Amino acid sequence: MLRPVLPGSSKNPITVSDITPDFAAEVKRRSGTSPCLCWHCRCCTNGCPFYQAMDIGPNDVIRLVQLGLKDRALRCSAIWVCVGCHTCSSECPMAIDISAIMDTLRQMALEEGIEVVEPDILRFHEEVLKSLKRYGRAHKLEIMLRYKVRKRDWLSDIDVGLKMLAKRKLDLMPSKIKKIGELKKIFVKEDI
Amino acid sequence: MEHKIRMKLSYFPGCSLATSAKENNWSLIEICRKIGLKLIELEDWNCCGSSSAHSLNSRLALNLASRILSLAPPERPLLVACPSCNMRLRHAQHYLKENASARDEYQRLCGRPFDPYLKIMHFFELFDQIKLSDFCGKENHALNGLRFVPYYGCMLTRPPSMRREKNYYGLMENVLSSVGASPVQWSCASRCCGTFLSAAKPDFVAELVNNIVRSAHNAAAECIVTACAMCHLNLEIRCNMKDRIPVFHFSELLSLVLGSGFPKGWSSRHIVDPMPILKARELFL
Ligand code: SF4
Ligand code: SF4
Repeated sequence: MLRPVLPGSSKNPITVSDITPDFAAEVKRRSGTSPCLCWHCRCCTNGCPFYQAMDIGPNDVIRLVQLGLKDRALRCSAIWVCVGCHTCSSECPMAIDISAIMDTLRQMALEEGIEVVEPDILRFHEEVLKSLKRYGRAHKLEIMLRYKVRKRDWLSDIDVGLKMLAKRKLDLMPSKIKKIGELKKIFVKEDI
Repeated sequence: MEHKIRMKLSYFPGCSLATSAKENNWSLIEICRKIGLKLIELEDWNCCGSSSAHSLNSRLALNLASRILSLAPPERPLLVACPSCNMRLRHAQHYLKENASARDEYQRLCGRPFDPYLKIMHFFELFDQIKLSDFCGKENHALNGLRFVPYYGCMLTRPPSMRREKNYYGLMENVLSSVGASPVQWSCASRCCGTFLSAAKPDFVAELVNNIVRSAHNAAAECIVTACAMCHLNLEIRCNMKDRIPVFHFSELLSLVLGSGFPKGWSSRHIVDPMPILKARELFL
Protein backbone atom coordinates (compact mmCIF):
# COMPACT_ATOMS: atom_id res chain seq x y z
CA MET A 1 0.00 0.00 0.00
CA LEU A 2 1.37 3.39 -1.03
CA ARG A 3 1.13 5.76 1.90
CA PRO A 4 0.98 9.54 1.69
CA VAL A 5 4.18 11.51 2.31
CA LEU A 6 3.73 13.17 5.64
CA PRO A 7 4.42 16.88 6.03
CA GLY A 8 7.85 17.74 7.34
CA SER A 9 10.03 16.20 4.60
CA SER A 10 11.64 17.92 1.65
CA LYS A 11 8.94 16.47 -0.60
CA ASN A 12 6.21 17.92 1.55
CA PRO A 13 7.46 20.93 3.49
CA ILE A 14 5.39 22.57 6.20
CA THR A 15 4.23 26.14 5.68
CA VAL A 16 3.95 28.29 8.78
CA SER A 17 0.39 29.24 7.85
CA ASP A 18 -0.63 25.56 8.10
CA ILE A 19 0.24 25.44 11.78
CA THR A 20 -2.32 25.85 14.55
CA PRO A 21 0.00 26.61 17.49
CA ASP A 22 -2.29 25.57 20.34
CA PHE A 23 -3.57 22.39 18.64
CA ALA A 24 -1.49 19.91 20.65
CA ALA A 25 -2.47 21.66 23.88
CA GLU A 26 -6.15 21.48 22.95
CA VAL A 27 -5.89 17.77 22.12
CA LYS A 28 -4.13 17.18 25.42
CA ARG A 29 -6.82 19.05 27.34
CA ARG A 30 -9.69 17.23 25.69
CA SER A 31 -8.23 13.73 25.57
CA GLY A 32 -6.60 13.83 29.00
CA THR A 33 -3.38 12.37 27.57
CA SER A 34 -0.19 14.03 26.31
CA PRO A 35 0.52 13.62 22.58
CA CYS A 36 3.83 15.44 23.01
CA LEU A 37 5.27 12.59 25.07
CA CYS A 38 5.36 10.42 21.95
CA TRP A 39 8.89 9.66 20.69
CA HIS A 40 7.72 7.70 17.64
CA CYS A 41 8.94 4.26 18.53
CA ARG A 42 6.02 3.05 16.35
CA CYS A 43 5.00 0.26 18.72
CA CYS A 44 1.45 1.51 18.26
CA THR A 45 1.49 1.50 14.48
CA ASN A 46 3.26 -1.83 14.18
CA GLY A 47 0.81 -3.51 16.52
CA CYS A 48 -2.40 -1.90 15.26
CA PRO A 49 -4.58 -4.60 13.67
CA PHE A 50 -6.18 -1.97 11.44
CA TYR A 51 -3.12 -0.18 10.12
CA GLN A 52 -3.67 -1.79 6.71
CA ALA A 53 -7.07 -0.10 6.49
CA MET A 54 -5.72 3.33 7.53
CA ASP A 55 -4.08 5.97 5.37
CA ILE A 56 -1.50 6.84 8.03
CA GLY A 57 -0.53 5.06 11.24
CA PRO A 58 -1.48 6.05 14.79
CA ASN A 59 1.98 7.51 15.49
CA ASP A 60 1.76 9.57 12.28
CA VAL A 61 -1.51 11.00 13.53
CA ILE A 62 0.24 11.95 16.76
CA ARG A 63 3.09 13.51 14.76
CA LEU A 64 0.59 15.76 12.97
CA VAL A 65 -0.81 16.80 16.33
CA GLN A 66 2.67 17.56 17.66
CA LEU A 67 3.38 19.69 14.61
CA GLY A 68 0.12 21.60 14.98
CA LEU A 69 -1.12 20.45 11.55
CA LYS A 70 -4.74 20.46 12.58
CA ASP A 71 -6.41 20.34 9.20
CA ARG A 72 -4.28 17.43 8.03
CA ALA A 73 -4.85 15.50 11.27
CA LEU A 74 -8.62 15.97 11.16
CA ARG A 75 -8.80 14.80 7.55
CA CYS A 76 -7.07 11.44 7.85
CA SER A 77 -8.93 8.14 7.66
CA ALA A 78 -7.02 6.67 10.61
CA ILE A 79 -9.13 8.57 13.15
CA TRP A 80 -12.25 6.90 11.71
CA VAL A 81 -10.85 3.42 11.20
CA CYS A 82 -9.51 3.22 14.76
CA VAL A 83 -11.87 1.01 16.77
CA GLY A 84 -10.43 1.90 20.17
CA CYS A 85 -9.18 -1.62 20.88
CA HIS A 86 -6.29 -0.28 23.01
CA THR A 87 -3.82 -2.72 21.49
CA CYS A 88 -1.57 0.29 20.95
CA SER A 89 -1.84 1.95 24.33
CA SER A 90 -1.17 -1.34 26.10
CA GLU A 91 2.19 -1.39 24.31
CA CYS A 92 3.04 2.30 24.40
CA PRO A 93 6.19 2.85 26.51
CA MET A 94 5.03 6.40 27.23
CA ALA A 95 1.57 5.30 28.42
CA ILE A 96 -0.18 7.51 25.91
CA ASP A 97 -3.90 6.86 25.56
CA ILE A 98 -3.82 6.80 21.77
CA SER A 99 -7.43 5.79 21.42
CA ALA A 100 -8.48 8.85 23.49
CA ILE A 101 -6.52 11.02 21.05
CA MET A 102 -8.32 9.37 18.15
CA ASP A 103 -11.71 9.97 19.86
CA THR A 104 -10.83 13.62 20.41
CA LEU A 105 -9.70 14.19 16.83
CA ARG A 106 -12.75 12.45 15.39
CA GLN A 107 -15.05 14.56 17.53
CA MET A 108 -13.17 17.74 16.59
CA ALA A 109 -13.49 16.84 12.90
CA LEU A 110 -17.26 16.51 13.34
CA GLU A 111 -17.54 19.77 15.26
CA GLU A 112 -15.59 21.62 12.58
CA GLY A 113 -17.71 20.14 9.81
CA ILE A 114 -14.71 18.64 8.05
CA GLU A 115 -15.51 16.25 5.24
CA VAL A 116 -15.45 12.70 6.60
CA VAL A 117 -13.25 10.41 4.53
CA GLU A 118 -14.90 7.25 5.89
CA PRO A 119 -18.59 8.09 5.52
CA ASP A 120 -19.73 4.48 6.01
CA ILE A 121 -18.18 4.33 9.45
CA LEU A 122 -19.82 7.61 10.46
CA ARG A 123 -23.20 6.43 9.13
CA PHE A 124 -22.94 3.24 11.09
CA HIS A 125 -22.21 5.08 14.34
CA GLU A 126 -25.05 7.51 13.67
CA GLU A 127 -27.52 4.68 13.14
CA VAL A 128 -26.44 3.04 16.40
CA LEU A 129 -26.96 6.29 18.30
CA LYS A 130 -30.38 6.82 16.70
CA SER A 131 -31.39 3.36 17.80
CA LEU A 132 -30.25 4.09 21.35
CA LYS A 133 -32.18 7.34 21.39
CA ARG A 134 -35.30 5.62 20.09
CA TYR A 135 -35.25 2.50 22.25
CA GLY A 136 -32.51 2.89 24.86
CA ARG A 137 -30.93 -0.27 23.48
CA ALA A 138 -29.35 -1.27 20.21
CA HIS A 139 -31.79 -2.85 17.77
CA LYS A 140 -29.31 -4.51 15.45
CA LEU A 141 -31.66 -5.43 12.63
CA GLU A 142 -32.97 -1.89 12.26
CA ILE A 143 -29.46 -0.44 12.55
CA MET A 144 -28.28 -2.66 9.71
CA LEU A 145 -31.33 -1.95 7.53
CA ARG A 146 -31.16 1.82 7.99
CA TYR A 147 -27.44 1.77 7.42
CA LYS A 148 -28.01 -0.09 4.15
CA VAL A 149 -30.72 2.34 3.05
CA ARG A 150 -28.47 5.31 3.65
CA LYS A 151 -25.65 3.63 1.83
CA ARG A 152 -28.06 2.77 -1.01
CA ASP A 153 -26.55 -0.64 -1.04
CA TRP A 154 -28.89 -3.55 -0.53
CA LEU A 155 -27.15 -6.46 -2.09
CA SER A 156 -23.68 -6.60 -0.74
CA ASP A 157 -23.36 -8.63 2.41
CA ILE A 158 -26.95 -9.84 2.15
CA ASP A 159 -25.87 -13.45 2.67
CA VAL A 160 -24.44 -12.58 6.05
CA GLY A 161 -27.65 -10.77 7.04
CA LEU A 162 -29.75 -13.76 6.05
CA LYS A 163 -27.46 -16.12 7.87
CA MET A 164 -27.82 -14.01 11.00
CA LEU A 165 -31.59 -14.07 10.70
CA ALA A 166 -31.63 -17.82 10.15
CA LYS A 167 -29.44 -18.34 13.20
CA ARG A 168 -31.73 -16.06 15.25
CA LYS A 169 -28.93 -13.60 15.88
CA LEU A 170 -31.13 -10.66 14.91
CA ASP A 171 -34.28 -9.96 16.88
CA LEU A 172 -37.13 -8.70 14.73
CA MET A 173 -38.60 -6.48 17.40
CA PRO A 174 -36.63 -3.91 19.39
CA SER A 175 -36.37 -4.12 23.13
CA LYS A 176 -37.36 -0.71 24.45
CA ILE A 177 -36.63 0.62 27.91
CA LYS A 178 -39.53 1.96 30.01
CA LYS A 179 -38.10 5.32 30.96
CA ILE A 180 -37.09 6.28 27.45
CA GLY A 181 -37.58 9.94 28.41
CA GLU A 182 -34.46 9.72 30.58
CA LEU A 183 -32.45 8.57 27.59
CA LYS A 184 -33.87 11.23 25.27
CA LYS A 185 -32.77 13.83 27.80
CA ILE A 186 -29.19 12.55 27.65
CA PHE A 187 -29.20 12.78 23.84
CA VAL A 188 -30.93 16.15 23.59
CA LYS A 189 -28.35 17.62 25.94
CA GLU A 190 -25.75 16.76 23.31
CA ASP A 191 -27.88 17.99 20.41
CA ILE A 192 -28.28 14.49 19.02
CA MET B 1 -17.78 -32.12 47.16
CA GLU B 2 -20.51 -29.86 45.94
CA HIS B 3 -20.92 -26.45 47.54
CA LYS B 4 -22.81 -23.26 46.88
CA ILE B 5 -21.93 -19.65 47.46
CA ARG B 6 -25.38 -18.14 48.14
CA MET B 7 -25.08 -14.52 47.24
CA LYS B 8 -27.03 -11.96 45.26
CA LEU B 9 -25.52 -9.88 42.48
CA SER B 10 -26.95 -7.15 40.30
CA TYR B 11 -26.67 -8.16 36.68
CA PHE B 12 -26.08 -6.13 33.54
CA PRO B 13 -26.34 -8.34 30.43
CA GLY B 14 -25.90 -5.62 27.79
CA CYS B 15 -27.41 -5.54 24.29
CA SER B 16 -25.46 -8.40 22.70
CA LEU B 17 -26.35 -10.94 25.33
CA ALA B 18 -29.96 -9.81 25.34
CA THR B 19 -30.27 -10.33 21.56
CA SER B 20 -27.67 -11.87 19.25
CA ALA B 21 -25.98 -13.92 21.94
CA LYS B 22 -28.89 -15.27 23.98
CA GLU B 23 -27.02 -18.55 24.34
CA ASN B 24 -24.26 -16.63 26.11
CA ASN B 25 -26.78 -15.01 28.44
CA TRP B 26 -28.60 -18.21 29.13
CA SER B 27 -25.49 -20.19 29.97
CA LEU B 28 -24.09 -17.43 32.14
CA ILE B 29 -27.26 -17.18 34.23
CA GLU B 30 -27.36 -20.95 34.46
CA ILE B 31 -23.76 -21.19 35.72
CA CYS B 32 -24.43 -18.58 38.36
CA ARG B 33 -27.52 -20.46 39.48
CA LYS B 34 -25.49 -23.66 39.74
CA ILE B 35 -22.84 -22.12 41.93
CA GLY B 36 -25.40 -20.39 44.11
CA LEU B 37 -25.40 -16.82 42.80
CA LYS B 38 -28.71 -15.15 42.29
CA LEU B 39 -28.59 -12.58 39.52
CA ILE B 40 -30.98 -9.65 39.74
CA GLU B 41 -31.10 -7.92 36.38
CA LEU B 42 -30.79 -4.14 36.59
CA GLU B 43 -34.23 -2.67 36.20
CA ASP B 44 -34.74 -0.86 32.88
CA TRP B 45 -31.05 -0.89 31.90
CA ASN B 46 -29.94 0.95 28.78
CA CYS B 47 -27.14 0.27 26.30
CA CYS B 48 -23.68 1.42 27.43
CA GLY B 49 -23.25 3.27 24.13
CA SER B 50 -20.90 0.67 22.73
CA SER B 51 -18.15 1.96 20.42
CA SER B 52 -20.40 4.43 18.69
CA ALA B 53 -21.10 6.73 21.64
CA HIS B 54 -17.49 7.28 22.64
CA SER B 55 -16.49 7.53 18.98
CA LEU B 56 -18.76 10.49 18.33
CA ASN B 57 -19.36 12.08 21.71
CA SER B 58 -17.45 11.33 24.90
CA ARG B 59 -19.97 13.09 27.16
CA LEU B 60 -22.77 11.03 25.72
CA ALA B 61 -20.79 7.85 26.41
CA LEU B 62 -20.18 8.97 29.99
CA ASN B 63 -23.83 9.82 30.56
CA LEU B 64 -25.13 6.55 29.14
CA ALA B 65 -22.76 4.63 31.40
CA SER B 66 -23.70 6.88 34.33
CA ARG B 67 -27.37 6.05 34.01
CA ILE B 68 -26.52 2.33 34.18
CA LEU B 69 -24.33 2.82 37.25
CA SER B 70 -27.09 4.79 38.94
CA LEU B 71 -29.51 1.87 38.59
CA ALA B 72 -27.30 -0.45 40.63
CA PRO B 73 -28.24 -0.73 44.32
CA PRO B 74 -25.18 -0.10 46.53
CA GLU B 75 -25.56 -3.20 48.66
CA ARG B 76 -24.48 -5.77 46.07
CA PRO B 77 -21.79 -5.99 43.38
CA LEU B 78 -22.73 -5.38 39.77
CA LEU B 79 -21.90 -8.32 37.52
CA VAL B 80 -21.24 -7.36 33.90
CA ALA B 81 -21.34 -10.01 31.22
CA CYS B 82 -19.70 -8.27 28.29
CA PRO B 83 -16.03 -7.21 28.45
CA SER B 84 -16.60 -4.05 26.48
CA CYS B 85 -19.60 -2.93 28.54
CA ASN B 86 -17.44 -3.70 31.55
CA MET B 87 -14.71 -1.46 30.18
CA ARG B 88 -17.18 1.39 29.47
CA LEU B 89 -18.70 1.16 32.95
CA ARG B 90 -15.36 0.95 34.73
CA HIS B 91 -13.98 3.75 32.68
CA ALA B 92 -16.96 5.93 33.60
CA GLN B 93 -16.64 5.02 37.26
CA HIS B 94 -12.92 5.79 37.18
CA TYR B 95 -13.55 9.16 35.52
CA LEU B 96 -16.30 10.07 37.97
CA LYS B 97 -14.09 9.22 40.93
CA GLU B 98 -11.41 11.57 39.68
CA ASN B 99 -13.61 14.39 38.54
CA ALA B 100 -15.73 16.49 40.91
CA SER B 101 -17.61 18.46 38.27
CA ALA B 102 -18.54 15.24 36.48
CA ARG B 103 -19.94 13.95 39.78
CA ASP B 104 -22.15 17.05 40.11
CA GLU B 105 -23.39 16.49 36.59
CA TYR B 106 -24.05 12.83 37.43
CA GLN B 107 -26.18 13.85 40.39
CA ARG B 108 -28.21 16.28 38.28
CA LEU B 109 -28.69 13.70 35.58
CA CYS B 110 -29.42 10.62 37.68
CA GLY B 111 -31.07 12.26 40.67
CA ARG B 112 -28.78 10.61 43.23
CA PRO B 113 -25.19 11.01 44.34
CA PHE B 114 -22.47 8.97 42.65
CA ASP B 115 -21.47 5.87 44.59
CA PRO B 116 -17.69 5.47 44.30
CA TYR B 117 -17.77 2.15 46.16
CA LEU B 118 -20.02 0.24 43.80
CA LYS B 119 -18.14 -2.92 42.94
CA ILE B 120 -18.26 -3.61 39.22
CA MET B 121 -17.17 -7.09 38.34
CA HIS B 122 -16.77 -8.76 35.03
CA PHE B 123 -17.97 -12.33 34.75
CA PHE B 124 -14.32 -13.50 34.66
CA GLU B 125 -13.71 -12.21 38.14
CA LEU B 126 -16.00 -14.87 39.57
CA PHE B 127 -13.85 -17.62 38.12
CA ASP B 128 -10.71 -16.03 39.37
CA GLN B 129 -12.06 -16.40 42.88
CA ILE B 130 -13.68 -19.83 42.90
CA LYS B 131 -12.47 -23.29 42.04
CA LEU B 132 -14.75 -24.61 39.35
CA SER B 133 -14.05 -28.25 40.14
CA ASP B 134 -15.55 -27.70 43.62
CA PHE B 135 -18.90 -27.19 41.98
CA CYS B 136 -19.01 -30.03 39.51
CA GLY B 137 -20.57 -32.58 41.78
CA LYS B 138 -20.33 -36.33 41.48
CA GLU B 139 -21.03 -36.79 37.82
CA ASN B 140 -18.18 -34.55 36.77
CA HIS B 141 -18.65 -33.56 33.13
CA ALA B 142 -14.98 -32.97 32.59
CA LEU B 143 -14.15 -31.67 29.14
CA ASN B 144 -12.45 -34.86 28.11
CA GLY B 145 -9.34 -33.42 26.53
CA LEU B 146 -11.19 -30.99 24.25
CA ARG B 147 -8.47 -29.02 22.45
CA PHE B 148 -9.33 -25.32 22.39
CA VAL B 149 -7.69 -21.99 21.71
CA PRO B 150 -8.66 -19.19 24.12
CA TYR B 151 -9.69 -16.01 22.34
CA TYR B 152 -9.69 -12.84 24.43
CA GLY B 153 -9.87 -10.25 21.65
CA CYS B 154 -9.27 -6.77 23.02
CA MET B 155 -10.47 -7.76 26.46
CA LEU B 156 -6.97 -7.85 27.94
CA THR B 157 -5.92 -4.43 26.71
CA ARG B 158 -7.00 -1.19 28.34
CA PRO B 159 -6.21 2.48 28.43
CA PRO B 160 -3.11 3.48 30.42
CA SER B 161 -5.24 5.05 33.17
CA MET B 162 -6.54 1.55 33.97
CA ARG B 163 -3.21 -0.26 33.78
CA ARG B 164 -3.24 -1.09 37.46
CA GLU B 165 -6.48 -3.02 37.27
CA LYS B 166 -6.35 -6.76 37.34
CA ASN B 167 -5.78 -8.48 34.04
CA TYR B 168 -7.31 -11.88 33.35
CA TYR B 169 -4.71 -13.21 30.98
CA GLY B 170 -4.73 -17.00 31.10
CA LEU B 171 -7.99 -17.31 32.99
CA MET B 172 -9.83 -19.33 30.36
CA GLU B 173 -6.87 -21.72 30.04
CA ASN B 174 -6.64 -22.18 33.81
CA VAL B 175 -10.33 -22.70 34.39
CA LEU B 176 -10.99 -24.98 31.44
CA SER B 177 -7.87 -27.06 31.93
CA SER B 178 -8.87 -27.57 35.57
CA VAL B 179 -11.87 -29.49 34.23
CA GLY B 180 -10.08 -31.54 31.64
CA ALA B 181 -9.81 -29.43 28.49
CA SER B 182 -6.45 -28.88 26.77
CA PRO B 183 -5.54 -25.31 25.88
CA VAL B 184 -3.51 -24.90 22.69
CA GLN B 185 -0.95 -22.11 22.29
CA TRP B 186 -1.56 -19.79 19.36
CA SER B 187 -0.74 -16.32 18.16
CA CYS B 188 -4.14 -14.65 17.94
CA ALA B 189 -5.43 -14.83 21.51
CA SER B 190 -5.65 -11.08 21.83
CA ARG B 191 -6.03 -9.97 18.23
CA CYS B 192 -9.02 -7.59 17.96
CA CYS B 193 -12.01 -9.08 16.10
CA GLY B 194 -12.77 -5.93 14.11
CA THR B 195 -15.84 -4.92 16.15
CA PHE B 196 -18.01 -2.40 14.28
CA LEU B 197 -15.82 -2.42 11.18
CA SER B 198 -17.57 -5.71 10.50
CA ALA B 199 -20.48 -3.57 9.26
CA ALA B 200 -18.59 -0.73 7.55
CA LYS B 201 -15.60 -2.69 6.21
CA PRO B 202 -16.84 -6.26 5.85
CA ASP B 203 -14.13 -7.39 3.44
CA PHE B 204 -11.33 -6.14 5.62
CA VAL B 205 -12.82 -7.80 8.69
CA ALA B 206 -13.43 -11.05 6.80
CA GLU B 207 -9.71 -11.24 6.05
CA LEU B 208 -8.83 -10.44 9.65
CA VAL B 209 -11.24 -13.07 10.97
CA ASN B 210 -10.06 -15.64 8.44
CA ASN B 211 -6.52 -15.14 9.68
CA ILE B 212 -7.64 -15.70 13.25
CA VAL B 213 -9.61 -18.85 12.43
CA ARG B 214 -6.82 -20.16 10.19
CA SER B 215 -4.36 -19.69 12.99
CA ALA B 216 -6.60 -21.70 15.34
CA HIS B 217 -6.99 -24.38 12.73
CA ASN B 218 -3.24 -24.53 12.11
CA ALA B 219 -2.66 -24.91 15.84
CA ALA B 220 -4.81 -28.07 15.61
CA ALA B 221 -7.48 -26.73 17.93
CA GLU B 222 -10.91 -28.31 17.78
CA CYS B 223 -12.70 -25.14 18.75
CA ILE B 224 -12.26 -21.48 19.67
CA VAL B 225 -13.48 -20.23 23.04
CA THR B 226 -14.42 -16.55 23.21
CA ALA B 227 -14.73 -14.20 26.14
CA CYS B 228 -16.95 -11.65 24.40
CA ALA B 229 -20.23 -11.93 22.51
CA MET B 230 -19.16 -9.38 19.90
CA CYS B 231 -16.01 -11.40 19.11
CA HIS B 232 -18.12 -14.52 18.93
CA LEU B 233 -20.45 -12.92 16.41
CA ASN B 234 -17.65 -11.60 14.21
CA LEU B 235 -15.72 -14.87 14.25
CA GLU B 236 -18.87 -16.71 13.24
CA ILE B 237 -20.41 -14.45 10.63
CA ARG B 238 -17.31 -13.04 8.97
CA CYS B 239 -15.30 -16.19 8.47
CA ASN B 240 -15.77 -17.31 4.87
CA MET B 241 -13.22 -20.10 4.60
CA LYS B 242 -13.93 -23.75 4.09
CA ASP B 243 -11.94 -25.05 7.05
CA ARG B 244 -13.87 -23.78 10.00
CA ILE B 245 -14.15 -24.88 13.57
CA PRO B 246 -16.91 -24.23 16.11
CA VAL B 247 -16.76 -21.14 18.29
CA PHE B 248 -18.00 -21.43 21.86
CA HIS B 249 -18.75 -18.78 24.42
CA PHE B 250 -16.64 -19.46 27.51
CA SER B 251 -19.90 -19.56 29.47
CA GLU B 252 -21.28 -22.33 27.27
CA LEU B 253 -18.43 -24.67 28.09
CA LEU B 254 -18.74 -23.83 31.77
CA SER B 255 -22.42 -24.65 31.80
CA LEU B 256 -21.61 -27.92 30.08
CA VAL B 257 -19.08 -28.69 32.82
CA LEU B 258 -21.60 -27.85 35.52
CA GLY B 259 -24.01 -30.30 33.96
CA SER B 260 -26.67 -27.85 32.86
CA GLY B 261 -27.27 -29.35 29.44
CA PHE B 262 -28.53 -26.97 26.80
CA PRO B 263 -32.00 -25.76 25.91
CA LYS B 264 -33.73 -27.03 22.79
CA GLY B 265 -32.46 -25.48 19.58
CA TRP B 266 -29.27 -24.36 21.23
CA SER B 267 -26.82 -25.79 18.71
CA SER B 268 -28.69 -24.22 15.79
CA ARG B 269 -27.74 -20.77 17.06
CA HIS B 270 -24.18 -21.59 16.02
CA ILE B 271 -23.04 -21.13 12.46
CA VAL B 272 -20.56 -23.98 12.67
CA ASP B 273 -22.43 -26.84 14.28
CA PRO B 274 -20.69 -27.71 17.57
CA MET B 275 -22.44 -31.07 17.94
CA PRO B 276 -19.97 -33.25 16.01
CA ILE B 277 -16.99 -32.35 18.20
CA LEU B 278 -19.05 -32.53 21.37
CA LYS B 279 -20.23 -35.98 20.37
CA ALA B 280 -16.75 -37.06 19.32
CA ARG B 281 -15.49 -36.08 22.76
CA GLU B 282 -18.55 -37.65 24.37
CA LEU B 283 -19.44 -34.34 25.95
CA PHE B 284 -23.05 -33.94 25.01
CA LEU B 285 -25.54 -35.85 27.07
S1 SF4 C 1 3.82 3.55 21.04
FE1 SF4 C 1 3.57 5.49 22.15
S2 SF4 C 1 5.60 6.48 22.08
FE2 SF4 C 1 5.60 4.81 20.58
S3 SF4 C 1 5.03 5.83 18.66
FE3 SF4 C 1 3.14 5.05 19.54
S4 SF4 C 1 2.33 6.73 20.79
FE4 SF4 C 1 4.45 7.20 20.32
S1 SF4 D 1 -6.91 1.66 19.48
FE1 SF4 D 1 -7.02 2.33 17.35
S2 SF4 D 1 -4.94 2.89 16.81
FE2 SF4 D 1 -4.81 1.68 18.66
S3 SF4 D 1 -4.45 -0.40 17.95
FE3 SF4 D 1 -6.67 -0.19 18.20
S4 SF4 D 1 -7.41 0.47 16.19
FE4 SF4 D 1 -5.18 0.76 16.20
